[in-house]
Amino acid sequence: MAVKKLSFEQSLSRLDEIVRHLEKGDLPLSESLSLYEEGTGLIKSCSKMLDEAEQKVVKLKKGPDRAPIELPFEDEN
Amino acid sequence: MDQQTLTVTELNNYIKGLLDQDPMLGNVSVRGELSNYKVYPSGHHYFTLKDSESSLRCVMFKSSAGKLRFRPENGMGVTAYGRIAVYPRDGAYQLYCTGLMPEGAGDLQVAFEQLKAQLAAEGLFDRAHKKPLPQFPSRIAIITSSAGAAVHDMIRILSHRWPMAQVVLLPVRVQGVEAPPEIVGAIRYANEFKVADVIITGRGGGSIEDLWAFNDERVARAIYASELPVISAVGHEPDVTISDYVADARASTPSNAAEIVVPDQRDIRDALDSFSIRQDQALRKKLMHLSQQLEAYQSKRVMTDPVAHIDNRRISLDYARDRLVAAEERNLAACRQRFVGLAASLDAMSPLRVLGRGYAIAEDGLGQAIKSVKSLSPGDTITVELCDGKADCLVQSVTEKP
Repeated sequence: MAVKKLSFEQSLSRLDEIVRHLEKGDLPLSESLSLYEEGTGLIKSCSKMLDEAEQKVVKLKKGPDRAPIELPFEDEN
Repeated sequence: MDQQTLTVTELNNYIKGLLDQDPMLGNVSVRGELSNYKVYPSGHHYFTLKDSESSLRCVMFKSSAGKLRFRPENGMGVTAYGRIAVYPRDGAYQLYCTGLMPEGAGDLQVAFEQLKAQLAAEGLFDRAHKKPLPQFPSRIAIITSSAGAAVHDMIRILSHRWPMAQVVLLPVRVQGVEAPPEIVGAIRYANEFKVADVIITGRGGGSIEDLWAFNDERVARAIYASELPVISAVGHEPDVTISDYVADARASTPSNAAEIVVPDQRDIRDALDSFSIRQDQALRKKLMHLSQQLEAYQSKRVMTDPVAHIDNRRISLDYARDRLVAAEERNLAACRQRFVGLAASLDAMSPLRVLGRGYAIAEDGLGQAIKSVKSLSPGDTITVELCDGKADCLVQSVTEKP
């Protein structure tokens, strides 16, 4: 499946759905396998997102048109 | 007796001079209960301070009244500060009040209770108005001082728990008279430009005066009006501010806000592991079930020896054919026996066999057998048939059996 990229939240709720379906055990094998494959993909992509996440901290400044400008925030600690 | 006669003005001014010189009356503090409290359009406040036996007229000019941190109410026990002076026009002395302190609780405490009651009555703290926090915010706006420890604590905790979220800092002053308008401005700005999914506003611990901006009515109303959910995170654990009441969620400290606003990635990793284990188990179970089914099918003969199926059918066919042939033969034999029987009885009944034993058949001229003498008369000609031929005979007499 995984045609479009799901958000982290959507991925988790889709995973929950997949696991529940699989646990019911009433799906044909081919469907079970493709769900399992989808689930494995989602678990991998979520773990990857967590592994690669690096916190970004910005300081907002009001620009000349009032729109926000992002400035780096130096955390001196 | 040399007595000087004075005008009213002169006398009042004389008394005024006496009172003005008195060091104690120039700086007095007096305790009593507020009554007849009136705020004039000029901004001056007029009231009477009284106890059980006596009363004192008081005035507080706009400049002093503007510094009040609570709203004076009739019946309230207070201590008033100021100087006693004569108001020459009326010839009356009064207290020129420069400050009021509620009795018992501090003025800030009273102000807090008053604002809390007012906003509660207006419904600003209603549960129904509180917005849910996003489960996985991608951007978190922090409205606080960029200098304090609070912001660093929050960033540190957020980066440990949920580094996927971006932190957007809107630096404001968090104490002093500029603090409330700056906090209000930042809350409105965050909403206008949708800079985040959720807002944390607050500051680290301090005295009640230090935290006062978060008891400001303007800040409370800005939090209430925010479309983005707001977490209030002011001071230490026991500090409770108006912001805490009106916010969608209250954190006991700024660090606590960082814990509330995002999930812990360790919990989410655990959840992912558990999904992985569960789907493995579910699929394994499915495969096991299917392979058991398969085994059950395989153990049947049709699968182990497919030709047996055909052989069995062929054998049944042969059996059926045998049974058919046998049945036909039995049927034929029965028919044959029946035929022989019938042929024998037919032979026994034959008139020819009767004639052989000496009987004769008498026939009339039409060849019909004569069964009674009543149809005969003397002189009739009849034919008598014997077993080997016929004889024409003449009836001489007819005798009927008695």
